[in-house]
Amino acid sequence: MKFNRNVLPNKEEKKGLFKKIHLSNNIGDFVFERLTLLFAVSVFLLVLLMGYEMYQSSKLSIDKFGLSFLSGSTWDPVKEIFGALPIIYGTIVSSVLALAIALPLSIGVAVFLAELAPSWLEKPLSFLVELLAGIPSVVYGLWGVFVLVPWIRDYVEPYLSDKLGFLPFFNGAPYGFGLLAAVIILSVMVLPIITSITRDVLKSVPAAQREAALALGATRWQAIKIVLADSRSGILGATMLGLGRAIGETMAVTMVIGNRALISPSLFDPSYTMASVIANEFTEATSELYLSSLVELALVLFVITIIINGLARLLVWSMDRKWRRG
Amino acid sequence: MKEKGFFYYRKKAVNYLMIFLSFAAALAAIIPLAFIFYYTVSKGAQYLNLSFFTQMPKPVGETGGGMANAIVGTLILIGIGGGIGVPVGIMTGIYLSEFGNKKFAAVVRFMADILSGVPSIVVGVVAYTLIVVPMKHFSALAGGVALAILMIPTVTRTTEEMIKLVPQSIREAGLALGIPKWKTTLMIVLRTAWKGIATGVLLGLSRAAGETAPLLFTALGNRFWSTSIGQPIASLTVYIYDYAKSPFEDWNNQAWTAALVLILLIALLSLLFKIITRSKYKTN
Amino acid sequence: MENIISVKNLNAYYEKKSHVLKNVNIDIPRNKVLAIIGPSGCGKSTFIRCLNRMHEVVGGTITGSIELEGEDLMKTDPVLLRKKVGMVFQKPNPFPTMSIYNNVAAGLKLNGTRNKKTVAPIVEKSLKQAALWDEVKDSLDISGINLSGGQQQRLCIARTLAVDPNVILMDEPASALDPISTSKIEDLIFELKNDYTIVIVTHNMQQAARVSDYTAFFYMGELVEFSETRKMFTSPDNKKTEDYISGRFG
Repeated sequence: MKFNRNVLPNKEEKKGLFKKIHLSNNIGDFVFERLTLLFAVSVFLLVLLMGYEMYQSSKLSIDKFGLSFLSGSTWDPVKEIFGALPIIYGTIVSSVLALAIALPLSIGVAVFLAELAPSWLEKPLSFLVELLAGIPSVVYGLWGVFVLVPWIRDYVEPYLSDKLGFLPFFNGAPYGFGLLAAVIILSVMVLPIITSITRDVLKSVPAAQREAALALGATRWQAIKIVLADSRSGILGATMLGLGRAIGETMAVTMVIGNRALISPSLFDPSYTMASVIANEFTEATSELYLSSLVELALVLFVITIIINGLARLLVWSMDRKWRRG
Repeated sequence: MKEKGFFYYRKKAVNYLMIFLSFAAALAAIIPLAFIFYYTVSKGAQYLNLSFFTQMPKPVGETGGGMANAIVGTLILIGIGGGIGVPVGIMTGIYLSEFGNKKFAAVVRFMADILSGVPSIVVGVVAYTLIVVPMKHFSALAGGVALAILMIPTVTRTTEEMIKLVPQSIREAGLALGIPKWKTTLMIVLRTAWKGIATGVLLGLSRAAGETAPLLFTALGNRFWSTSIGQPIASLTVYIYDYAKSPFEDWNNQAWTAALVLILLIALLSLLFKIITRSKYKTN
Repeated sequence: MENIISVKNLNAYYEKKSHVLKNVNIDIPRNKVLAIIGPSGCGKSTFIRCLNRMHEVVGGTITGSIELEGEDLMKTDPVLLRKKVGMVFQKPNPFPTMSIYNNVAAGLKLNGTRNKKTVAPIVEKSLKQAALWDEVKDSLDISGINLSGGQQQRLCIARTLAVDPNVILMDEPASALDPISTSKIEDLIFELKNDYTIVIVTHNMQQAARVSDYTAFFYMGELVEFSETRKMFTSPDNKKTEDYISGRFG
């Protein structure tokens, strides 16, 4: 027990003390503390084990392809050539574009919730936004397949190619299934994450900051701008958490992105992400090398999300400390 | 007043414009929510009937049938996930708040945060290599373990936060009565924080119930009745995925019904927890 | 006079940095009320928390010796010790998720006495001793936090009594209460001293004078003066004591 160890009157008494301690009660404490420690250690080891397991299972592919796994642009299960570049491209492009849509919206919603909404409106609205985060990914996908994709195919893509078709981004036949659908659905899915963290970050800025600005004759918006500037690192952290989520999002994306390893500037074209490749091909992978390559893809995804999440947590934490200390 | 010149009005206009935009963003954010709910409820309800809950899926080509196996399968999967994930999460949370030495606790906390950001498909891959490969076949157990791993960070962090909210004086009161620390922690501190922890557990369970990716190649799916944890098992989410992809209209429609049932299941879960955690004592 | 606790050369530290108690020697008489007075930060709370080894819980350490009925405190299991030396805290702290009945029974139940036939009479007796029985006997199953502050504090006293301690430590038990509740607690202390040894920390000199038989004055971590209360408040030996009692500082 922690406090027994602390209270040692002097070294000579140390031995006698431990001997005479009543065992019946302290065994309980001893065992219980060790037991919780054991679980904590297991959580710690679990993350390491995950990395190790995937490394072991992807060794075949790592040895065979080395770095060309990341730079190769052919993903051909039949010829057993696995280069993940188009997949990595699809992952990054879909996530970054989704973020580009979701971020301004999220900040707008967060500002509304934290700064503008009266409290009777804030609570139900926050609840609705959280509900958005609670919808299962596969239900988003279902909605994507039967509602969003037809809408994009029949209205959005024809409109865009008509008006902006001279740009390479809006070029091509309107399939519906493709990058555009994935981007839209992803932006809806990451919005609640960025919103709720940004709202908390904004709320953690002391009221004095706003009052000081308002007292100087600033308008509400000018005061909000100051609060937003103070919250930069927290919002950046929230954005990165959203990015991590978008990169790893599987079901909804798999169902609407079209699933073809292709590098194309057009948003209308089908694409592929790391998560959707794994979801789509894992049970079909017949050869060891194929399976090993898919596990390597999971490993790459694991490492990327760890880095992104690690950075994001550090940013959010640093924000938290800033006001707690000050 | 003289000062109310151009800049004053521009400042005012920008102010109102920005407030309006912020409000518009809030509205825009809930539009997809409304859409998804509208479609899920209207399309799902159309095919919702008793046989959906009591019958097995019909073979390809036949219409009708239900998803009794998938409903039970989902419950079994979250049962396994919760059975493993909840105790691990709660014990780790207790360690972090009550015992943890500062440095190691910070490391564990960081790991839990990292774990919460790992994509669920990656967790599925790990469960595959850890359990499916050695067992040589897909199983409910592998799916349950994957769900457990996904639940652990949520339960851990909520437990820690909720236990930290219990005032120190409550712990001291227990210790001062001559109650050993482990009993004080389990029977007094944990009991005081129980409602908050239950909320975390509920959140973890309902997320687990909605997971698909980690089940695709662990629990796999099963068109037949199975409750064995050593065998592949059906789940609502995997059915939604398979049926949404299928070319049969009847299956597409059943996917909507499955989605509605899934959402109802999650809602039921939270209702159940509300009832369980409702205060035992009257309050004035 | 017979002593129940004997403290020799007690030094207490907090996280190895601050030296909170310096060389305290005191003998606490059995079945009397000892009041500990002194300005804030003088170590009076730390002192009583050493007597049931609660000082350790917040990471404190001590040197010197404390004997309870001739037994070295530091060689006793703290869990067993705390059953003999109960404690009432500054703010009432009933267990919020337990009923009144379970609050009082907690010490017994969680230490293995679960038989209702044994527990129920003890709960009733303790609540009677704490002068709370008449007010709560019809609502034993409501939550303890629904009581008023004064009732909550008496509930905490009943909870302590239920474990049947020899010594009761009270850390400013009335400082968070209104005058009427305070006087009820003081009456209670008067009743309890027939069966228990009570050590009460207070910053209220009148309270010390009213309830205690002996008074100890602590200043800057040292025990300045220890004598019968009547003597302490009429003709203190030490100039510091006199200054403090007459309200010149503190």
